[in-house]
Amino acid sequence: MRDDEQRELERRRRMRSIAIGLALAGLAILFYVATLVRLGGNVLNRPL
Amino acid sequence: MADLSYHASTLRPAQAAGGSIGDYFALMKPRVMSLVVFTALVGMVLAPGQLHPVLAGIALLCIAVGAGASGALNMWYDADIDALMQRTASRPIPRGRIGPDQAATFGIVLAVGSVTTLGLIINWAAGALLAFTIAFYVLVYTMWLKRRTPQNIVIGGAAGAFPPMIGWAAATGSVSFESGVLFAIIFMWTPPHFWALALYRSRDYARAGVPMLPVVAGAQETRKQIVIYSALLVPLALVPAFIGLGGPLYAVASIVLGGIFLACALAVYNAREGREADRAARQLFGFSILYLFGLFAVLLIERGVMPAG
Repeated sequence: MRDDEQRELERRRRMRSIAIGLALAGLAILFYVATLVRLGGNVLNRPL
Repeated sequence: MADLSYHASTLRPAQAAGGSIGDYFALMKPRVMSLVVFTALVGMVLAPGQLHPVLAGIALLCIAVGAGASGALNMWYDADIDALMQRTASRPIPRGRIGPDQAATFGIVLAVGSVTTLGLIINWAAGALLAFTIAFYVLVYTMWLKRRTPQNIVIGGAAGAFPPMIGWAAATGSVSFESGVLFAIIFMWTPPHFWALALYRSRDYARAGVPMLPVVAGAQETRKQIVIYSALLVPLALVPAFIGLGGPLYAVASIVLGGIFLACALAVYNAREGREADRAARQLFGFSILYLFGLFAVLLIERGVMPAG
């Protein structure tokens, strides 16, 4: 494999890893926001 | 099962690492996705239930990703015939940008993720409908019907007709007669839309061995069927004006757009030879997209800008 091909391959792999990381972070934020919206003020309303 | 063996011999180094983010985006059929999102939004807005705007946004995102999953799985399965057709030869798999296995994995992850998220956050009626739609598109249309019968896009068109119903279910937790009408409009719109495309791409389909109506029954029979389906579609598209989904503006828009649609269909029927026939088919194909978008946009405008009651 040529050097430029190797570099291009690594660049794409890195970009894909970043995209997967961002997607997972986005999913966590999505569930967090959805929980807040669904529960609203009741999020703190629980027996202590 | 599609013959994907040719890929093994043409794998390039880039495939080992997967394509770029743009290639994966292309795998999701973004243009189809945009129409799916739009029709789902209309179903959601027209539904009687109230959905928090953030939850509505999440529901639309899930529906968009679910549609993208269907597109990716369709491209995975159809890679062999996509490579043979001019229209699809530049898709990421035939072009060698993404390997079939990577496309399949991508599609399955998106499908499971979108259905689960929609079910958990919104409701399981919408989640189940999205799962059914993806399964219908991939298993019934792509794997079963597409290569076997000229009725492929008639029956398979149901997959593209479900999004407004999913949007409706997201807002209300169930489906209804009204959402069924929205489904029926897209269902009836699909055959003339795709047969117009198939008329001027029939050589492509013949080369790939896809039994589209012009390939199997001939161009003239296809033109006849286009007129029949168009004649059924136009009055059907008036129904929302009588059941409270649309108002007077929708009724007028439906009649005007329907008239143009019928005129385009008749032009296809009358222009039987050469460039004239080609142009008429392209015109109908182009206008059919505008027609569906126009109908749903008016429904949205009437409900959004001029809410009834």
